[in-house]
Amino acid sequence: MGNITNREPYQQAYYPPTPTGVTRFMRTCLIWQIYRFLVINFKMLKLIAKSHH
Amino acid sequence: MSRVVILGAGISGHTAARYLNKWIGKQHEIVVVSPNAKWNWIPSNIWVGVGQMTEDDVTFDLAKLYAKTNVDFRQAKAVSIHPEGNAESAKPFVTVEYTRADKAGVQENISYDFLVNATGPKLNFGATEGLGPEHGHTVSVCSAKHALEANQKLQASIEAMRRGERQTIVIGTGHGMCTCQGAAFEYIYNVDHTLREAGVRDKARIIWLSNEYELGDFGMGGVHIERGGYITNGKTFAESLMVERGIEWITRAHVKKVEAGKIHYETMDGQFHELEFDFSMLIPPFAGVGLKAFDKAGADITSQLFAPNGFMKVDADYTQRPYMEWSAKDWPKTYQTPSYRNIFAVGIAFATPHLISKPMQSANGTPINPTAPRTGMPSAAMAKAVAMSIRDMLNGAEKPTHTASMAEMGAACVASTGSHIFKGTAATMTVFPVVPDYEKYPEYGRDINLTFGEIGLAGHWMKYLLHHAFIYQAKLRPGWSLIPD
Repeated sequence: MGNITNREPYQQAYYPPTPTGVTRFMRTCLIWQIYRFLVINFKMLKLIAKSHH
Repeated sequence: MSRVVILGAGISGHTAARYLNKWIGKQHEIVVVSPNAKWNWIPSNIWVGVGQMTEDDVTFDLAKLYAKTNVDFRQAKAVSIHPEGNAESAKPFVTVEYTRADKAGVQENISYDFLVNATGPKLNFGATEGLGPEHGHTVSVCSAKHALEANQKLQASIEAMRRGERQTIVIGTGHGMCTCQGAAFEYIYNVDHTLREAGVRDKARIIWLSNEYELGDFGMGGVHIERGGYITNGKTFAESLMVERGIEWITRAHVKKVEAGKIHYETMDGQFHELEFDFSMLIPPFAGVGLKAFDKAGADITSQLFAPNGFMKVDADYTQRPYMEWSAKDWPKTYQTPSYRNIFAVGIAFATPHLISKPMQSANGTPINPTAPRTGMPSAAMAKAVAMSIRDMLNGAEKPTHTASMAEMGAACVASTGSHIFKGTAATMTVFPVVPDYEKYPEYGRDINLTFGEIGLAGHWMKYLLHHAFIYQAKLRPGWSLIPD
C-alpha cells in the first residue's frame, strides 16, 4: 500500500494551486527569464506612457 | 519672481521639486520644507528590514543634494497654512518649525505663490493600543530607522531559533483601516527567505494577518489577470505563494490591541481572537500629519482645507454615496484645492474620495477594509502633473494644465521573494488603472492587457533595476529626467 496523503481534515493549503515542476523551473530558467524581463519592461513602459496626461 | 513652496521631500515632494527646479528653477524660487534630513527610497526598506541593505543604501542627504540645485531646502516641519495671509499682509504663507539641531523649535513664516502639500502620512500607531516600535510591541518597515530596528529584532529571533527555540512570526496590518499591504506582503516573503538562508525555517510558524477581505486585495479590491486560459483573481496566486512557502494566513482581521507577545484581533464575523507571537511587523494605519489652516482674520479653517482624517481636500468628489454609486470620476485629476487655486496636494497627502476596496464591517460594526494605497508610481505621476501645471500657470495658464487621476493611471508592484542574481525571484504585478473604471472596463474594471502578474527571476532583476534607477534619478545624476517616473 502506497503513502496515503490528504487524510487530515481540510486545511488552508488544500485549495490553492501548487506550481508544477515545470513552472518552478521556468521561474529561474535564464533564457526564458531574459525574455520575460524584456516583456515586463515593455509592459511597464506602455503602462507609464498611458499614465501621464 | 514667484515662490513655490513644497511641503515634504518624499517620493512625491522630491519629484515635484526636481522637475520644478529643472523647468523654472532659474526664473523662480523653489523652497522645499521637510522635517527629515534624508530622502528615503521606501520600497527598499524591506531589504533593510532583513539585513540585506543598510540605511545608507536606501537614503541620501537632502541638504547636500539641493545645495547643487536652485532649491532652497529648509529642514523643518510645516505647522500651519495661511492661504489668505494675515492682518499684516495679504500674501499667503506657511508657518514652519525647524527640526535641524541648530535651529530646533524656531518658527518661521514662509510666503508662497504656489504651495504643494506632499507631507505624506503620519504613521498612526496610536490608533491601536500597543502597536509600533516606539510605544508598542511590534516593529515597522515604514522608515529606514524602523526597518533597521526590525532587522535587529528579526536577527534576535533567528538566534533564538538557532538555539532550538520555536518562534511565531506575525506580519501584516495593525488595524482594520490600514493600507500598504504590499509592503507587508513583500516583507513576509523576505523574512521567509532570510529564515531559509539561515537554515532555521523549520523552527518558525509564519502567519499573515491582514484587514483584506481576501488575500491579494492590496487595498485595490484585488485584481483579475489572464493566466492559463482563465481570467483569475489575484487571490489565487497570493494564496498559492503562501502555501508554497508554508505561510498561514488570517484575513478580514482588525487588530484591536497588542500586548507583549500577544495580538488581540476581531474578525468580520464579530468574533474576538488572540494570537501569540515572538516577532511581529504590523503596518500602522495612516492619517494626515496634522497641519492646521487659518484665514486672514486668524479663524481656524482646517476643516475647509482638510478631511477629518487630516488629508487635504482636492478636486475629488467627496459627496457621501453608497458603494454602488461610486465612480472612477470621483477621483481627483489636477490635485488643486477647490478653495485656493494656488494650493495642491499630492502623494499620500491628498484625501481620497472613498476606498477602492469594497467597504466592509464586522458583525459588531467595526470597519475592516483596506484604505486606498498610493504607491510610488502614482505619487510620482501626480507630482509631475502638478509640477507641469504650476510651471504653466506661472507662464499664464488660468488653471491646471495636466491631470493624473488614479482612475486613469497604472501602478507597478515588484515584491521580492528572495534575492540572488540567478536563483532569486520576485512577484511582479501591474494594474491599469489603479482605481477600477467599470464604465470603461465593465467586466473587471481594468485593462486586462496591462494588468498582469508573474513570479520569476526577471522580477528580481526588475526590482534591483528599479532600486538603482530611482535612487540615481532622485540624486539628479546626469540624464535623470530620461528615466520614466
